[in-house]
Amino acid sequence: MSEQRELERSPNGRVEPGEHTRGPAAPRQPLYRQLEGSRGVAEAVARCRPEVVCAYPISPQTHIVEALSALVKSGELTPCEFINVESEFGAMSVAIGASAAGARAYTATASQGLLYMAEAVYNAAGLGLPIVMTVANRAIGAPINIWNDHSDSMSQRDSGWIQLYAEDNQEALDLHIQAFRLAEELSVPVMVCMDGFVLTHAYERLTVPSQQDVDAFLPPYTPRQVLDPADPVSIGAMVGPEAFTEVRYLAHVKQLQAERAIPQVAEDFAAAFGRDSGGLLHTYRCDDAETIVVALGSVLGTIKDTADDLREEGMRIGVVGLTSFRPFPADAIRAALSAARRVVIVERAFSTGIGGIVSADVWNATSGLRQRPAHGYTVIAGLGGRPITKASLRRLFVDAVADRLEPLTFLDLDRDLVDRELRRMGERRRSGPTAENLLRDIDGRGRL
Amino acid sequence: MAVQQIKFYQTGSFVVGNRLLSPEQRAVQADPGRANALTCGHRACQGCGEALGARYVVDTALRAASNKVIAVNATGCLEVFSTPYPETSWQLPWLHSLFGNAAAVATGVAAAQRVKHRDDVRVLAQGGDGGTVDIGFACLSGMFERNDDVLYVCYDNEAYMNTGVQRSGATPPAARTATTQAVGSDPGNLFGQGKNVPLIALAHEIPYVATATVAELRDLEAKVQYAMSLRGARYLHVLVPCPLGWGSDSSETIRLARLAKESGLFPVFEAERGEITGVSKIRRQVPVEEYLQPQRRYAHLFGPSPRPEVVARLQARADRNIERFGLIDDEVDN
Amino acid sequence: MEKPFAITLDVGSSRANKTGAWRTQRPVYTDLLPPCSDACPAGEQVQQWLYHAEEGGYERAWRQIMSDNPFPAIMGRVCYRPCETACNRGRLDEAVGINSVERFLGDEAIRQGWTVPVEAASSGRHVLVVGAGPAGLAAAYHLRLLGHRVTVRDSGSKPGGMMRYGIPVYRLPRDVLDAEIQRIVDMGVTLELGTTVRDAAEAMAADGFDAVFLAVGAHIGQRTYIPAGDSARIMDAVSVLRGMEDEDLPLLGRRVAVYGGGNTALDVARTAKRLGATDPIVVYRRSRERMPAHDFEVAEAIEEGVRMNWLSTVAHADAGTITVERMELDESGYPQPTGEFDELGADALVLAIGQVSDLSVVDGVPGVHVADAVVEVDRTMMTGHQGIFAGGDMVPAERTVTTAVGHGKLAARNIDAWLRHRRYAEPDRAELADYDRLNPWYFSDAPKQHRPRLDAARRASTFDEVVSGLDESTALFEARRCMSCGNCFECDNCYGVCPDNAIRKLGPGQRYEIDYDYCKGCNLCVAECPAGAISVLPERS
Ligand SMILES: Cc1cc2nc3c(=O)[nH]c(=O)nc-3n(C[C@H](O)[C@H](O)[C@H](O)COP(=O)(O)OP(=O)(O)OC[C@H]3O[C@@H](n4cnc5c(N)ncnc54)[C@H](O)[C@@H]3O)c2cc1C
Ligand SMILES: Cc1ncc(C[n+]2csc(CCOP(=O)(O)OP(=O)(O)O)c2C)c(N)n1
Ligand code: SF4
Ligand code: SF4
Ligand code: SF4
Ligand SMILES: [Mg+2]
Repeated sequence: MSEQRELERSPNGRVEPGEHTRGPAAPRQPLYRQLEGSRGVAEAVARCRPEVVCAYPISPQTHIVEALSALVKSGELTPCEFINVESEFGAMSVAIGASAAGARAYTATASQGLLYMAEAVYNAAGLGLPIVMTVANRAIGAPINIWNDHSDSMSQRDSGWIQLYAEDNQEALDLHIQAFRLAEELSVPVMVCMDGFVLTHAYERLTVPSQQDVDAFLPPYTPRQVLDPADPVSIGAMVGPEAFTEVRYLAHVKQLQAERAIPQVAEDFAAAFGRDSGGLLHTYRCDDAETIVVALGSVLGTIKDTADDLREEGMRIGVVGLTSFRPFPADAIRAALSAARRVVIVERAFSTGIGGIVSADVWNATSGLRQRPAHGYTVIAGLGGRPITKASLRRLFVDAVADRLEPLTFLDLDRDLVDRELRRMGERRRSGPTAENLLRDIDGRGRL
Repeated sequence: MAVQQIKFYQTGSFVVGNRLLSPEQRAVQADPGRANALTCGHRACQGCGEALGARYVVDTALRAASNKVIAVNATGCLEVFSTPYPETSWQLPWLHSLFGNAAAVATGVAAAQRVKHRDDVRVLAQGGDGGTVDIGFACLSGMFERNDDVLYVCYDNEAYMNTGVQRSGATPPAARTATTQAVGSDPGNLFGQGKNVPLIALAHEIPYVATATVAELRDLEAKVQYAMSLRGARYLHVLVPCPLGWGSDSSETIRLARLAKESGLFPVFEAERGEITGVSKIRRQVPVEEYLQPQRRYAHLFGPSPRPEVVARLQARADRNIERFGLIDDEVDN
Repeated sequence: MEKPFAITLDVGSSRANKTGAWRTQRPVYTDLLPPCSDACPAGEQVQQWLYHAEEGGYERAWRQIMSDNPFPAIMGRVCYRPCETACNRGRLDEAVGINSVERFLGDEAIRQGWTVPVEAASSGRHVLVVGAGPAGLAAAYHLRLLGHRVTVRDSGSKPGGMMRYGIPVYRLPRDVLDAEIQRIVDMGVTLELGTTVRDAAEAMAADGFDAVFLAVGAHIGQRTYIPAGDSARIMDAVSVLRGMEDEDLPLLGRRVAVYGGGNTALDVARTAKRLGATDPIVVYRRSRERMPAHDFEVAEAIEEGVRMNWLSTVAHADAGTITVERMELDESGYPQPTGEFDELGADALVLAIGQVSDLSVVDGVPGVHVADAVVEVDRTMMTGHQGIFAGGDMVPAERTVTTAVGHGKLAARNIDAWLRHRRYAEPDRAELADYDRLNPWYFSDAPKQHRPRLDAARRASTFDEVVSGLDESTALFEARRCMSCGNCFECDNCYGVCPDNAIRKLGPGQRYEIDYDYCKGCNLCVAECPAGAISVLPERS
């Protein structure tokens, strides 16, 4: 899907006026291969020399860890311990132990698996362990659904991890290399999120950096704190009210540091590999845009294509691709959206009972702008693997530009179906008068 | 492996040190230079069996591994009383992650040692009974099944003590806990429930499984020492009376552990690769009452409306253990 | 290492948290009085010398005994061992064989020639001891140790008193007796034998003694009226036994009847057996249970062929026969005559019904008070006459060698104080270490080691020592059966069981110390001390 495109972005993620395109910086000739995204990521991870890889299978993460398992077993990736754990909770726990003992640790999961490990996800961040994890984004059940959306990683928004979202497989691969460096520089775990199936199972022309180049970019892991009999410490103390706020505040400061480090690492990466990848966010044809679409992940490709088409028809539309969701690049977002009249945020997850998750952060970031966008629309799209087509997006953007959109829109929602269902539910006897009466009052739009 | 009991010499090896024995024959705990892995100032209750058991185990492990041990701890009393910010009582590298993941975290630590070729550094995981037999069980079983190079030690005080004495899968029948109150027709914990994790561990056919109590220090130390001489997954289940949860006097901790074993309610044995290789025989058999009566968690079985039939069922459990593990030997020679 | 704030901590930092503040009770190490020591009439610190013996420190152990009692080898043979009766181990299995260990140590000392040096500076005072029995010799020994000159006068030709002229050889071989007495003499005690002191006060004044200790014993065999034919041979036990030390052994005949139920009666009967009597018989008024003789002596006598005629009195004695009347115990346990008589063949009747003292030595000595044929003394063992002390069988007390030795020690210490114008303060009696304080779980099962005994056949015909000693290994074993009641024996249990590491081990012989900064007062150490050597005090607030 996402072919090589010219991206309008700067390595530090801030929009630099006048800078439209940046080509490859280094003259090196990368070797391109037709690879499955998962395979590419596995190879990139392997180039990072993880010492402990632990995983529990869940679609659509499986191909990544299968490939890594093969690399370890064949001896291509050595020294490395590949551990088949009993659960995702076990996977993250093994990673915690390995990382605290000074080993570079990696795991991957998705969906139910991420929730199953949630307790350990928070713990890894709390302990400041630089673990890198791929989340092959997938919906969360019930109903069980193996297809892509962002509900899983979004649920871990507040866990203290850095979250980077890949737009395409090359970026997914590159982000992993940057992730280890970020994690270890900051002692914070990093989650690289890539859309399940859409990216993980897609074959693209990819280049996997050479071992030599990765080694040059990523120094060996020197842990900030380590379990070492020669210098014993107790890690993981119980902290009470007297210091807990301070601990949490410091975790926040850590994220703010990351907000500065991410562009820096991306810049270093570009210098080393001749390719722009990562950063906090990037802008696409935003310069004179009245309408800016904000999104993250693989949908950006389709959005940019659609925007290209609409631009041809004269619509002043641009795109902001968010790579770093945590830390949330509030300054960069503010800068990117400062001139827009209208912002459309396309999200692949939502918070039931209120709406957009990314939107909330964007509105929060822009709330302080003197000239804030006059219109903001949240669009929930592509849940549970529903395709986000150019046609739908085109209709959506046209409606948006005409300000005919509801503030919260569910893209391609089968209105007849839900109306029918709501009616049916309203007619059925319910257990209690409250539910019954409320349902009767709900109109087809899900509003009271 | 049978424990080398020193015969006679006044107190033989029943006591910690015994000046009549050569220093090598004394317990690790007799050593004035012992590690004191869990040192003074911790906040365990008076007479806490878990604090005692942990020092016994870790000191022995440290000696066996020339002080190169990394410990991973599950959430629970042991963790809470040892490491409230800003003070820790541990003297070895120690990591607490979560309640239910100690075995897996230890696997990770062990993997790190392997990848770094540090086979001199040994890994010990420890947790309470709740953290082991209930919430941590999946990770524990996984660690066993993979035969990771970890010695896992469960300090069994037979309930969730740190949260205020709730029932766990290791709580014995009839015991009163905050969630199995001594009310109704079947007061206390129900019969026919609970799990025997030492036997489940044994079913994994891991290199070593053993039970022990804080009352038999030499046996405990010998087991830790032996476990440390092996590689792979090893499991040690130590009975550690809890004065708070059991409603017993702080000075009775060791006596109760002893009576648990001497009554047959807590069989002390060891096994290698799925086969029981040794049992610690009962030395002076006592009826279960002698063990139960000093504990307020069993108070409803005695007192003004006694429940002799429940005591009889507990005695039957002890008798079954005695039969099953061969705990009584005609020729106990000590 | 860069430690994240609050989450990662420096090891051992909890020492800043002084948990001693939690304590409501305070464990303290104590030294209690073990029942064995409490029961020893000679005041031996039994548990302490066993402590040394347990670790093979035999000489140290022996010296510990010697600080109270100069006759370990004799004690190990003749003492009636009240310590063993009191011993707590008796409640676990069998009492510690304290006496057999003591004998082993005593014999070892003789074998090795260990001696006790007199280290005290000479006091320039001179004390007269009258009587070279155990009381007198013990007093002499202790007085020498305290730096005094001592002269012992005894009317006998050899020293030892009843130890020589009463106790038979097969129970106390004379080489043992001689060796232990010689050791005292060698300390510089002047022994004047064959010298009867007729008047204590006069002797003191005449020869310039600064104090006198009287220990003349009780040597006059008590008589009772027995209707007897002219040719009846009636003798008294002490004379018979004294005769055993003469060139010419007493002639008793084939059939010997002994009248009495004490140890002396048995000694005579057994001696008679050895002298060739075919069936010595002991006639006693009461039942066996009420016999004052010790069970083991009765048993040994029976083994050797002595017959016992309990519940009978001698009604008449004639040449060759005696007539005995059967008795019956009434409701209150007193023997009452039944009017039924038996005849027994007897060439001699030996009366063994007790001894009285010859107190002529204090006749007319002002202040000395005699009542019930014994001399009254105060708590310092002094008679009513300043400077004249008395002890042993001649004062009201149990008549045993051990009591006599205890008197000798106590008198010596009081004489010393009296001579120095001080008061002898007996050490405070510690609280008794009774069985309930112990934690007997910790003591290994260990069957008592019994001393081998000569087989009965040889016993009946020779005066060889009946009971032999333990060898080194059995004596060591026996010493180690001691539970060290109420006294730390450095088993490290407290050090091991403290969940708070609040006990410091101070090294061999130095015991332990409780660090009250951290002791939470759980009292686990108290409960798990095998010896009960830790007490609990309420915490002072
Ligand atoms: C047969 C027999 C067996 C015994 N067996 C035991 C036993 O197994 N265990 C035990 O503990 N006890 C035993 N006893 C008791 C024990 O022997 C005495 O209690 C103990 O010897 C008393 O010691 P003593 O020093 O007071 O007197 P004695 O031992 O009687 O010594 C007194 C000494 O004073 C001397 N003497 C007396 N008058 C004078 C004087 N005026 N001038 C100079 N010298 C004088 C005597 O010659 C004698 O040597 C036994 C007693 C007898 C009779
Ligand atoms: C996932 C999770 N569930 C529950 C708890 C609450 N919790 C903390 S300690 C504890 C009890 C520990 O019991 P056990 O493992 O037996 O150790 P003990 O305190 O008895 O030594 C519980 C229930 C927790 N910390 N984490
Ligand atoms: S509650 Fe029990 S296990 Fe916990 S510290 Fe107190 S005594 Fe120890
Ligand atoms: S056991 Fe030892 S200390 Fe205790 S009474 Fe007996 S001999 Fe004395
Ligand atoms: S065991 Fe330790 S804490 Fe408990 S009373 Fe003894 S010294 Fe104090
Ligand atoms: Mg518990």
